[in-house]
Amino acid sequence: MENVVNPRRGFVNLLLGGGVGALMVSVLYPVVRYLIPPKSGEPSTANVTLPWKPAEIRVNSGRIFRFGSQPGILVRTPAGDLRAFSAVCTHLNCTVQYRDERQDIWCACHNGVYDLNGKNVSGPPPRPLEPYKVFVKGEEIVVSKGA
Amino acid sequence: MTPPRLVQAVTAWLDERIDLEEIREFIRHKVVPVHSHTVWYYFGGMTLFLFTIQVCTGILLLLYYRPSAEEAYESVQFIVTEVQFGWLIRSIHSWSANLMIATLMIHLFSVYFTQAYRKPRELTWLSGMILFGLALFFGFSGYLLPWNTLAYFATKVGTDVAGQVPVVGHLLTRILRGGEDVTGATLSRFYGIHVAILPLLTTGILGLHLFLVQKQGMSVPVELERSGQPSKTMPFFPDFLLRDLVGWLTALAVLAALAAYFPWELGFKADPFAPAPAGIRPEWYFMFMFQTLKYIPAKIGPIDGEMVGVMAFGLGGLLLLLVPFLDRKSARGEKSPLFIWVGVGIVTYIVVLSVLGYVAPGGR
Amino acid sequence: MSWRWRLLLTLLLVAPVFMRAADAGAQKLPEDNACVQCHQGLGDPRLASPAERFAQDIHLAKGILCQDCHGGDPTSFDPEKAMSRSKGFIGKPTHQAIPRLCGKCHSDADYMKQFNPTLRVDQLQEYYTSVHGKLLKKGDQKVATCISCHDVHRIRGIKDQQAWTYPVKVVDTCGRCHGDAKYMAGYNIPTDVVVKYKQSVHYEALAKKGDLSAPTCNVCHGNHGAAPPGVGSVANVCGTCHSVPEELFAKSPHRKGFAALGLAPCVTCHSNHDVMQTSDEMVGTSDKAVCVNCHQENSAGFKQAGVMRASLDGLRESIQRAKAILDQAENAGMEISQARFELRGATDILLKARVAIHLVDPAAVRSLTEEGNKIADATHARGVKALEDLAFRHRGLWVSVGIILLVIAGLVLKIRDMERRRGQEAAVGRRG
Repeated sequence: MENVVNPRRGFVNLLLGGGVGALMVSVLYPVVRYLIPPKSGEPSTANVTLPWKPAEIRVNSGRIFRFGSQPGILVRTPAGDLRAFSAVCTHLNCTVQYRDERQDIWCACHNGVYDLNGKNVSGPPPRPLEPYKVFVKGEEIVVSKGA
Repeated sequence: MTPPRLVQAVTAWLDERIDLEEIREFIRHKVVPVHSHTVWYYFGGMTLFLFTIQVCTGILLLLYYRPSAEEAYESVQFIVTEVQFGWLIRSIHSWSANLMIATLMIHLFSVYFTQAYRKPRELTWLSGMILFGLALFFGFSGYLLPWNTLAYFATKVGTDVAGQVPVVGHLLTRILRGGEDVTGATLSRFYGIHVAILPLLTTGILGLHLFLVQKQGMSVPVELERSGQPSKTMPFFPDFLLRDLVGWLTALAVLAALAAYFPWELGFKADPFAPAPAGIRPEWYFMFMFQTLKYIPAKIGPIDGEMVGVMAFGLGGLLLLLVPFLDRKSARGEKSPLFIWVGVGIVTYIVVLSVLGYVAPGGR
Repeated sequence: MSWRWRLLLTLLLVAPVFMRAADAGAQKLPEDNACVQCHQGLGDPRLASPAERFAQDIHLAKGILCQDCHGGDPTSFDPEKAMSRSKGFIGKPTHQAIPRLCGKCHSDADYMKQFNPTLRVDQLQEYYTSVHGKLLKKGDQKVATCISCHDVHRIRGIKDQQAWTYPVKVVDTCGRCHGDAKYMAGYNIPTDVVVKYKQSVHYEALAKKGDLSAPTCNVCHGNHGAAPPGVGSVANVCGTCHSVPEELFAKSPHRKGFAALGLAPCVTCHSNHDVMQTSDEMVGTSDKAVCVNCHQENSAGFKQAGVMRASLDGLRESIQRAKAILDQAENAGMEISQARFELRGATDILLKARVAIHLVDPAAVRSLTEEGNKIADATHARGVKALEDLAFRHRGLWVSVGIILLVIAGLVLKIRDMERRRGQEAAVGRRG
């Protein structure tokens, strides 16, 4: 009788052992992956590290960067300091750009103009651009929404 | 060394130092009564399993979660969108919380209807009721942590209700909220409650509860006890435990499916200055109380309607807590149909009011 | 100190705050000025009110009192001496005389410099170029003069939010006459302008959104030189703020076409007072479009309008599609902020395309919308990929569920096996 039962028992034990092993892997694998921090490291809704070094930003120039799903604009003024603003035009939400020939920030959609303090100076925009804080840490530029 | 041999070797090593014979004897002899109501025995262990899931997923979540009004929502969003399998851990945590309270309620009512609270198990019942209260508080405090609109307003309403307790109501609300209104201070406080205070209390009371169950063994239904027949039993290890595992693994599969097909939503970040959205509801396990309060008139005589409601529920809870001492018949080992019918009434009430909470039109 | 004394002291310290707050902007009326002191005490409200209101007038604040406009002797409490012609008393000036009376100071650059060097001094000159000024010269008694718009005896500074001339209040100041059909009977100009303006997007920006740069009556019509801009100058007026449409219109075939038909630019399609929120509905060949007001069915213009509308609709719809799929992915917990960021390029282009309509060149509009469509479609593809990642999760789930079911099956078999064995052993035991 034992001989008839044994192979069956062996099969059940194998099934159980293999199954439990696979189960352990399918539980531990997500947990281990979870514990490894993702590339971005931290939620980037309050601040973001820009992909450029400070030296790369020439005087009297500006660039668009991504802050979450919204654009921001980084400007190095003719005087040399770094400033950042939301690049969402306060008129109808087009993305603004830097104009080096006029040293201002311009919205191409309806000719809205902002000065280098983000203040709306001419055209349709009703409010200034939201200012951000800029921190230079060595070779990194960090832009923060502040609070 | 193969796994079974390894286990043997470790056990032998420990045996030389701490005598494990008592524990082995206990495990060998622990039996579970077998009768028509045996199936209900599984629900206590199921609740424990789900609680363990909560502790594990909770610990994983708190590695990335940030408990401040400015960052909480964003950190949950980060977990769900950027962290590998974060979506899975988060959804399992949220779904398991609900499943745990459901199995806890089944466990509570199955114990109630089989009158397992009777002498000598009064302490087990008391500690269990305290655990129930702790679980509800776990649910309430955890619900706020994602700091979305629904959670914010549900907490506002919930802590408002706490303010209806006579005399100490206002102080209670202030202590819960960490101030007069629901703010970042409330979030910090609820976080501390959820990850430190409640786990500590639960560990202690759960330990007591489990110890009592091991010491006193499983209770059998009254008729069976009175009949005097020797009851059929099955060994706890391995029979009952294997069956337990089947249940636990089924629960695990259900949780994974829920997480994949019905992921817990993120909602919108809470804005304290925005008006309350239409249709705020508490979680389903508070629904029957919430709906009851809606039906109570604004004033009953000179007293605030809501206060009457809160006190009534408080009284109900107290009576339920003291059931082992109120049910004299069960203390004598007799069946008490009165309490059975009261129990049926309570369950019906909870079910009907909860359903109404979801289908009844409009609010107050 | 007992609580009563403490309360009294607190009240005494706090009281002045309330007294000041109660008449913010009001000043003390001069006690040595006979005009003010006598008129204040008079029973007739018509005679007393100038003196009472004067407490809030900016002239009082600058030290300019009754006698500086009305003449007379403010030191004498004897009415005959105070209000004598020999002392220059002019009484209540005639309707015709008001502008020159105010202008006596306000057109004197040397005089005004001492108060505020930036104040203009050409108001009187402008006034006589206005329709109001011209009608006044002809003897019209109903037409507006300085005091119709500036609340005489209670004239407030231009930054004072209660001034009749504060931007938000201008429409009601002009509307006191121009919105009153009975008063304006005989002048043959529309009197529904106030009602229309208050429906407009300009009024909404000004009064509801608090944008003080939004136009009200005086911005398009001028304040002192108030006159309606003629057909030739409307485009310049609107173009002061809306410069891009003005530039494009000037380059478009509409410029010559409108001029030939005597149609006013901007106003013909957008109206003047009730300028409403624009929409894509205004372009095209449907009943709601403005194009069909001039262009007959199957004319060249009609067809071009249809083409432009189709371009706008196409881009708008491809943006909707992309947005919908991104929303779906986001709701399911997928990370799509990069895609959303890129989709903005398409919405920017849609706005530019809508402005480009003013050039009435379908090819120009189409080249813009095609670029926009490319971006929207690329973003849509990213959304599809995000949903595929979601589907991958579902597949992963079924694998894990499969494993769990496997283990459950193993457990069930094990249980059955154990019970069978125990049953057999018991049977053996019983037999043995």
